[in-house]
Amino acid sequence: MLSAAILIPAILNGLLMGAIYALVALGLTLIYGVLHIINFAHGAMLSAALFAAFFAFRLLGLDPYMALFLLAPVFFVLGYALQRFVIGPASHGDDRNMLLVTLGVAVIIENSLLYSFRADTRTIDVPYAFQTFNIGFTYLAVPRVVGLVAVFVVALGLWLLMTFTDIGRAIRAVAREKLGAELAGIDVGHVYAMTFGFGTACVAIAACLLIPTYYVNPGVGNAFVLVAFTIVVLGGMGSVPGALIGALFIGVVESLCGLFLGESLGQIGIFLIFIAVLLLRPTGLFGARA
Amino acid sequence: MRPLGPSVAVIAVLAAVPLVVHSNAALNFLVVTLMIALAGQGWNILGGYGGQYSFGHAAFFGTGAYVTAILQVRYGVNAWPGFVIGIAAGAALGAAIGALTFRSGLRGSYFALVTLAFAEVLRIVASVAPITGAGVGTLIKLELGAGTFQFQSRAAFYWVILALVGISLMVAELVERSRFGTWLMAVRENEDAASALGVDARTVKTAAMAISGAITAAAGCFYAQYFLFIDSGIAYGTWISVEALLTAIIGGVGTVFGPLAGALVVKSLGEVTRLIVGDAPGLDLIIYGAVLVIVIWVMPRGLIGGIADARKFFARVRSVREAHLG
Repeated sequence: MLSAAILIPAILNGLLMGAIYALVALGLTLIYGVLHIINFAHGAMLSAALFAAFFAFRLLGLDPYMALFLLAPVFFVLGYALQRFVIGPASHGDDRNMLLVTLGVAVIIENSLLYSFRADTRTIDVPYAFQTFNIGFTYLAVPRVVGLVAVFVVALGLWLLMTFTDIGRAIRAVAREKLGAELAGIDVGHVYAMTFGFGTACVAIAACLLIPTYYVNPGVGNAFVLVAFTIVVLGGMGSVPGALIGALFIGVVESLCGLFLGESLGQIGIFLIFIAVLLLRPTGLFGARA
Repeated sequence: MRPLGPSVAVIAVLAAVPLVVHSNAALNFLVVTLMIALAGQGWNILGGYGGQYSFGHAAFFGTGAYVTAILQVRYGVNAWPGFVIGIAAGAALGAAIGALTFRSGLRGSYFALVTLAFAEVLRIVASVAPITGAGVGTLIKLELGAGTFQFQSRAAFYWVILALVGISLMVAELVERSRFGTWLMAVRENEDAASALGVDARTVKTAAMAISGAITAAAGCFYAQYFLFIDSGIAYGTWISVEALLTAIIGGVGTVFGPLAGALVVKSLGEVTRLIVGDAPGLDLIIYGAVLVIVIWVMPRGLIGGIADARKFFARVRSVREAHLG
């Protein structure tokens, strides 16, 4: 059972799956880092993005990797508008209200998808879905490897954005000291909405990378977002490197738990890590500022 | 000391309903509504009075439901003691989760997340463990009779759930006016200040979570007894976590009658939509989500708070007008 021939591919596949988790978690941690709330609508957004990628392929014949360049900006705008015109004004600046509003938005999105498309599970067929790279001792699925590369590109882009642009500086300023940033003339409402937009765009990118090898139904995002919560908590809420490393770690844990405990109990490993980290070290393993 | 007047009056009025309404469908609707109100009152004790917003009250609902069902099906325990043990299990779980999470000082987003995680772990365990019937679920054998807590008439079930809701209203009133409640609300308003004044915040919050767990578990026990079937998706599903907090938030957090008012409004809206549009999956939840967002947006203190604000507003208008006329 413990032979390297089984273990190493399981670990590699876990890392590749972790890369997709990283994208979802990146959006979540970005939003938490600035707004200091958990966005409970993140999973529903992922479901919506998966549906968008699905229909872009089915109706427009757009390859998911091409659709990415269309959907990322579209979801950026959606996220921006959602925070600027719904979540922000509805919650009156109260954190607990903001949590509830994101939950309400999640319920609305998820059930609108259910209402429109029913609970059917759908998949798309792309020619490269089952292509593999032979790396000597095992095979790696091409779409997963593309996902891994894309995650690092996105993370690099995010880092450049945060470090060298005005909006990046404004976001960091608001995350650090909201009142001070406001006094310095930064439009906090705009920064909040931009952050929400970037977080939502991450979800759209994740959806486009996921759809070639995955399926879509109205509740599909929930499975991911609970994993993403775990990653974000594990890596330290608001920490981008923490989210990346946490995601790869969780991907491997899930893959190994699935191997030893079976599919449905595999998730338990993730949740137990989640609860243990929350209870024992709520600032996360990387000790980001809480 | 104020008597428990308002609760008693509301329950007395509601108790007369089956004397007038005989339709099974209508009574069924009211029974389910009251059950959700009960679950919501449980949430309200911790969330409303204690300020700890749980996103996983399904943990208590499901535990109550499973404990009462499993005791009957697998251990031959009578339904009545089974019901009481189910409630006790909810209280114990609340105390346990509370002791763990509050010891770590989890608040806000973190508390919401950890409660959600506990509910999910229980759901996954229940969906695979043999004792819960795993994926098949647990079916309680049909044996009509008051001795087995299975009534032929909807009215009898209605009075049972109404009595439970009545008790929960009184618990909320007692919490509101007791020393314990004052500590709890002090912790909600400013935990550090309350601690500085000598309130043992951790113990107070943990006790609130135990009471909260017991009440929501009672709703779960009732569900099992009323429908005689549960599975992991029903008992520990997110639907009940959402509905429990929804009724309290919409009705008015931290008010005695908030969850009851919220449940009546929300469930009626769901029913009306169903009558107009027909049975469509997800539609009622779309309405619930929208109502949640709108209520927080327009009247953050919920319906009860909103009505109080409107009353004050009209009283002011009236006094201004009288001042002008006089």
